[in-house]
Amino acid sequence: MNSTKNVMIVGVGGQGSLLASKLLGRLLLTKGYDIKVSEVHGMSQRGGSVVTYVRFGDKVYSPIIDRGEADFIVSFELLEAARYTEYLKPDGRIVTNTQQINPMPVITGAAEYPADLDRKMKDAGINIDAFDALSLAEKAGSSKAVNLVLLGKLSRYFDFPVEDWMEAIEQSVPEKFLEMNKCAFLLGRDA
Amino acid sequence: MKKLMLGNEAVARGLYEAGCSFVSSYPGTPSTEITEAAAKYDEIYAEWAPNEKVALESAFGASLAGHRSFCGMKHVGLNVAADPLFTVSYTGVNAGLVIAVADDAGMHSSQNEQDSRHYAKASKIPMLEPSDSAEAIEFTKRAYEISESFDTPVLLKMCTRVSHSQSIVTPGDRAEVTKTYEKNGAKYIMMPGNAKKRHPIVEERCASLVQFAETDSINRLEDGCDKSVGFVTSSTSYQYVKEVFGDRHPVLKLGMIWPLPEQKIRDLAESVEKLVVVEELDGFIEEHIRCLGIDVVGKDTFSNIGELSQNIVAEKLGGTTETGVKLPDMIPPRPPVMCAGCPHRGLFYTLVKNKITVMGDIGCYTLGAVPPLGALDSTICMGASVSGLHGFNKSNGGATDGKTVAVIGDSTFMHSGITGLVNIAYNNSNSTVIIVDNSITGMTGHQQNPTTGKNLKGDVAAKVDLETLCRAVGINRVRVVDPYDLAECDRVIKEELAADEPSVIISRRPCALLKYVKHSAPLKVDADKCKSCKMCMKIGCPAISMENGKAKIDATLCTGCGVCGQLCKFDALKA
Repeated sequence: MNSTKNVMIVGVGGQGSLLASKLLGRLLLTKGYDIKVSEVHGMSQRGGSVVTYVRFGDKVYSPIIDRGEADFIVSFELLEAARYTEYLKPDGRIVTNTQQINPMPVITGAAEYPADLDRKMKDAGINIDAFDALSLAEKAGSSKAVNLVLLGKLSRYFDFPVEDWMEAIEQSVPEKFLEMNKCAFLLGRDA
Repeated sequence: MKKLMLGNEAVARGLYEAGCSFVSSYPGTPSTEITEAAAKYDEIYAEWAPNEKVALESAFGASLAGHRSFCGMKHVGLNVAADPLFTVSYTGVNAGLVIAVADDAGMHSSQNEQDSRHYAKASKIPMLEPSDSAEAIEFTKRAYEISESFDTPVLLKMCTRVSHSQSIVTPGDRAEVTKTYEKNGAKYIMMPGNAKKRHPIVEERCASLVQFAETDSINRLEDGCDKSVGFVTSSTSYQYVKEVFGDRHPVLKLGMIWPLPEQKIRDLAESVEKLVVVEELDGFIEEHIRCLGIDVVGKDTFSNIGELSQNIVAEKLGGTTETGVKLPDMIPPRPPVMCAGCPHRGLFYTLVKNKITVMGDIGCYTLGAVPPLGALDSTICMGASVSGLHGFNKSNGGATDGKTVAVIGDSTFMHSGITGLVNIAYNNSNSTVIIVDNSITGMTGHQQNPTTGKNLKGDVAAKVDLETLCRAVGINRVRVVDPYDLAECDRVIKEELAADEPSVIISRRPCALLKYVKHSAPLKVDADKCKSCKMCMKIGCPAISMENGKAKIDATLCTGCGVCGQLCKFDALKA
């Protein structure tokens, strides 16, 4: 019923999803949108599943994204993308890293990591860009730049000029990592 | 200039703008960032106190001295600070005193889901409740005005979704406020003769605050054309109502949720066909409305368990929502775990190996409860491991002395473990307390504490010497072990449990995530030597997994702590 756009950023605690939401929020602020960015701190940082919600539009009320509402799910890890498919709108899109990180129940043998999740999501009719963002990040210079690779891919679905993204990157990352992060963003954008 | 600001940072901004100059808090999710952000303003003195009771009493002292003061905590922290809370309600303030309490509906990082609003009513202290960051700034400033004009402390109620959401704010300037202190025993010395005279003043204050609630714009009616339903709501619940219904129905948006207005609610009830209260956790506003004799939809429709959301609000009120595709596969959960290299791991492994009953406490080490370690037997609240152990052993008449321990972190021990240890020594239970000293307050995101030698601002501070402290309370046996050394851990734990008097073991090694901690080279698996026995899997290290029947170590996670290597009988795990 309103024009609010919803981006969920999901991953494993410690993967750098907070920088991605900070950068996106900063860019959207310059575009004059009302914005809410929500994250959960504390316990969830210890290698658990983490979710950040970014919402923007004329007027944003709720700080969270509910089931069936996400225009985009940006996922740092394949299982986490699959965990949140219910949150996607019918015409929404998942942008996901294909990296697999075993959760503790899989490590201990209490559960199995489902096979072929990217194909299964595609077969279920979900619009999905699944690619190896980790390799691209390493190519840019650091495995920690997965967040910028994923944002680069996401940027293809926004009408903002690339210069504006670059400016937001400049404001969000320390000088000495700037070129590496910009490179990661562009590799993701072209992926 | 417009900025995106976290709710907690916005409270800190409000403190700055209101001229607050003294902040004393104890960290606790989701409240921690208020005090961390306040510490960044040079005009504000900010500190971590050992616990919430000390923090609130310190903030009261600053108020008495004539300085606007603040104290922040999570919901369960207010239980600890409840003792001074109920009496500073009687004394009132000199300069304004604001107490922020952050609830955690949904228990993202808490041991219970208590609703702090009951404290406002019980202690007769007004409570404001912002619904976004802009209101967090505004309400913090208003809280100081109310505090001084009504001579009362003011509670500022946050919740996870307001504390940890960023939204747009326009920061303003600081206004300095100070008062002079004048001795006034009748107001500030709460002994029976004086307190009996203060109680009627508190009741009069409550009545005046009801009038304030009736007329002040902090409780605002947003009109709507569809009068079939009218809402009474606040905080994040207000946002969910507006998300679903927009401006369609009238909404009484409460910024002050205790005391509550009567006439404003009656007026709304008379103008609509059905009155609906949307609030998280208990039916606090609902009960008030029912007491007014007004029929209302509330917890008969909405759960008093967990968080609300826009979909829940829509569905409970007869609307429909669409959900996305659910994959048929079972998606394994990803619970939080102790990090690779966590110093607690080696200690817990040793306790499990020796089949020891473990009274747990609040901190990262609570994660020792999860499989495969499953090391804990109980967790209640800050400090309960130590006092619980005493009761467990004493009531068993010595039968469990040799096979039961308490495990408590350094910060939690300073918070409220010491008094339990005094009880063990004084009442002589033959108990063994293990202080897991990782030199930081870990779970809330690395805050300093009295054992770390640094203060909130990172400056050098007095450092509590745990060994001396434990001896001073009457514990003669105090040992220090390195939890990376499994053989030493095993030997010392066995010796102390066998000893015929109370003892303390300090398991000491800094958190592996601290920046100054240097990691060793990651271990490698010699596949020829690995016999697939899975001994190394017993410690639940996220860096170790099995691949094609052989152990595998993730070099990006492994810190080279070497604990797994000590478990391998075949020498297959090597640096």
